[in-house]
Amino acid sequence: MHRVVPQPARGRGRGGEGDLSEQGFAFLLLSPAALLIVVVVLVPLIITFVYTLTDMNLLSDTKGRFMGLANYGAVLGSSWFWESLGRTLYFTFVSLILEVGLGLLFALLLAGSFPGVGALRALVILPWAIPTNVSGALWKWILHPDYGALNALLSWLGLIKEYQAWLGQPWLAMNMVILADVWKMAPYSAIFFLAALQFINRSLYEAARIDGAGVFRRFRYVTFPHLVPTLLVVVVMRSMEKFKAFDLFYIMTKGGPANGTKVLTYDAYLRGFDNLDYSAAATISYVIAFLVLAFTIVYLRLGRQEDIHD
Amino acid sequence: MAKKSIVLFALMALVGAGLWAADKVVLNALFMKQAGFSEEDITAGTKDFMDKNPGIQVNLTFVAYEELEQKILTAAAAGGYDVVLSDGPFTAKFAKGGIVKEIPPLAAADKADIFPGALDACEYLGKYWGMPWINDVRYLFYNKKMLQQAGFKNPPATLDEMIAQAKALKAKKIVEYPIVLPWNQAETLTCDFTTITALFGGAMAKDGKPTLYNDANKKALDWMVAAIKQGLVNPKSITYGEDDINGVFAGGNAAFMFNWTYAYGVTNDPSQSKVVGDVGIAMIPGNGKVKSATVNGGQPLSIASGSKHPNEAWAYILYMTGKDFQRAHPTNSLPIWRSLYDDPNVVKSNPDVVKVAKTQYDYIVNRPKVPYYSAFSSMLQVKIQEALLGRKSADQALKEAQTEGEALAQ
Repeated sequence: MHRVVPQPARGRGRGGEGDLSEQGFAFLLLSPAALLIVVVVLVPLIITFVYTLTDMNLLSDTKGRFMGLANYGAVLGSSWFWESLGRTLYFTFVSLILEVGLGLLFALLLAGSFPGVGALRALVILPWAIPTNVSGALWKWILHPDYGALNALLSWLGLIKEYQAWLGQPWLAMNMVILADVWKMAPYSAIFFLAALQFINRSLYEAARIDGAGVFRRFRYVTFPHLVPTLLVVVVMRSMEKFKAFDLFYIMTKGGPANGTKVLTYDAYLRGFDNLDYSAAATISYVIAFLVLAFTIVYLRLGRQEDIHD
Repeated sequence: MAKKSIVLFALMALVGAGLWAADKVVLNALFMKQAGFSEEDITAGTKDFMDKNPGIQVNLTFVAYEELEQKILTAAAAGGYDVVLSDGPFTAKFAKGGIVKEIPPLAAADKADIFPGALDACEYLGKYWGMPWINDVRYLFYNKKMLQQAGFKNPPATLDEMIAQAKALKAKKIVEYPIVLPWNQAETLTCDFTTITALFGGAMAKDGKPTLYNDANKKALDWMVAAIKQGLVNPKSITYGEDDINGVFAGGNAAFMFNWTYAYGVTNDPSQSKVVGDVGIAMIPGNGKVKSATVNGGQPLSIASGSKHPNEAWAYILYMTGKDFQRAHPTNSLPIWRSLYDDPNVVKSNPDVVKVAKTQYDYIVNRPKVPYYSAFSSMLQVKIQEALLGRKSADQALKEAQTEGEALAQ
């Protein structure tokens, strides 16, 4: 009996009529992943955009009506939006500056070679390895007005007379959330900077030393210029993430006290899932996305200018 | 050969099990983890129900209270759940938003036996959208030992008495901040504001419209602000939720608090309390002509609008809210049925609480039954906190709350 030996798929133009071309085969392999992206990313994005143009307040009598850009007008024309945006920007920039500053400092320290540096590097990374909701709960306990470790420490050091409600005043609470965020994410920046530091040619430092440059001048003229591309990446990524921060606020303050920590994403969450106003929530989400896009464009432009200067 | 028959047998068993399961009506029910009936109570009751109704299988999901509403909103309407644990303030919103179904009519005798306040929380526009299940209100908890030390025999019956006792406790240095209340920026603050405005003869809404800016409500908010200013209410109260104040009270750092029934168990649990045996429970103190008032914290069971088996879901709800289940599990949530309050098993479960509850339930006040309640409550919490922090006067805070409330109502 004659047996048909299966032939492996060949490259373009080599196979028979029923064979797939190499390109077709590649598309076939990519299609499950592409389908997944379309279903879980693209479709929700489009539906959310449609929500921003229609009345999707579940409690409204005119649910489903086309609204044009009225939702954007309502959001941008309200005072609560600008208040939340102000808080979001404060959180983003203050925590970004602290996080990048501390991250850089950690990286410079950890780039040195001294006994135990390996263990220290592992230790510094630890906060980053903790899930955000866990670190949020951790900080909520650290800042607890009655049993909190921070109160115990400061009162033991004699710095405070009575225990403080760290999350009890609007501005103070916001700064405490910033503290929690910086504690967790500074190691992340540190890892990036540490990696960049490894690539700097050691001979440059020697040359600088011979030229009589001190520690600060070596940092300013040798280290820092080499860190700029990494700095740009860290700043872009982290400011995007910070602008969308939600979990720490949800766990630590729920937007309080007196709305002091109500950032845009938390506002969107409340309007969508608490007030059933999906239009407002979707509109805020799109405004956040546009703002993040604007940030990124600005950063990229700045980055390009840096490249030209180099 | 033997191998083949084993595989064949296993396959048949698998198919058989699949057919058996497919034959059953499967209900998915959503409950919460904290407060009210425990996970064990619910699991035991559900097992009983399934034993009595072999054609129905009920799958249980337990989430934290904070996740409940979101879970219902995202899954219930799409058919993810058949039976959901709702909450009084969700009723109007869920009804109007098409999240839950109207329940079948109740028998007149049953209606008459359920506490009116509990049933009222399930009503919106003349229809009922859930069946009362967890029955809970806030009570006054007091530290008997501290009151004795200060020379008081009885807990306060009025707000004035409570303030007088608190002043004495503070003056005698028995406790620095005699009163602790759960006033963080969350629903708990609106709960206490509901109670306190009712004590001053006020109300937050009428006929679906906000009524925040009036003398009674202003007096209520002024009372709250003054109590904090005088150091009678712990100033950290604005960061505390219900669990936090249990901790303060259980640590012997407060003589009075308003809290739900479960606080009695927590503050009498030796593993988490220093004041076991000293905890007293009483009605919320009255004020002038108002003998008492307390916010309704009861939660109904509802049929999700996306349910494909509403009849079976209703049968399950009737079982879980029925007298047999409620009589058998009174420890964590007292019955919704008035007639069960003389039942020996119910009385035995917690004699002190049952005695107070029986009377306190007659003074139930519901939070405003308006579809825009969530936005209304969130807005109000901020205004109240601004007054409590001294950033705005009570007058100004409520005036703004009224304007913003009216905008939400439109």
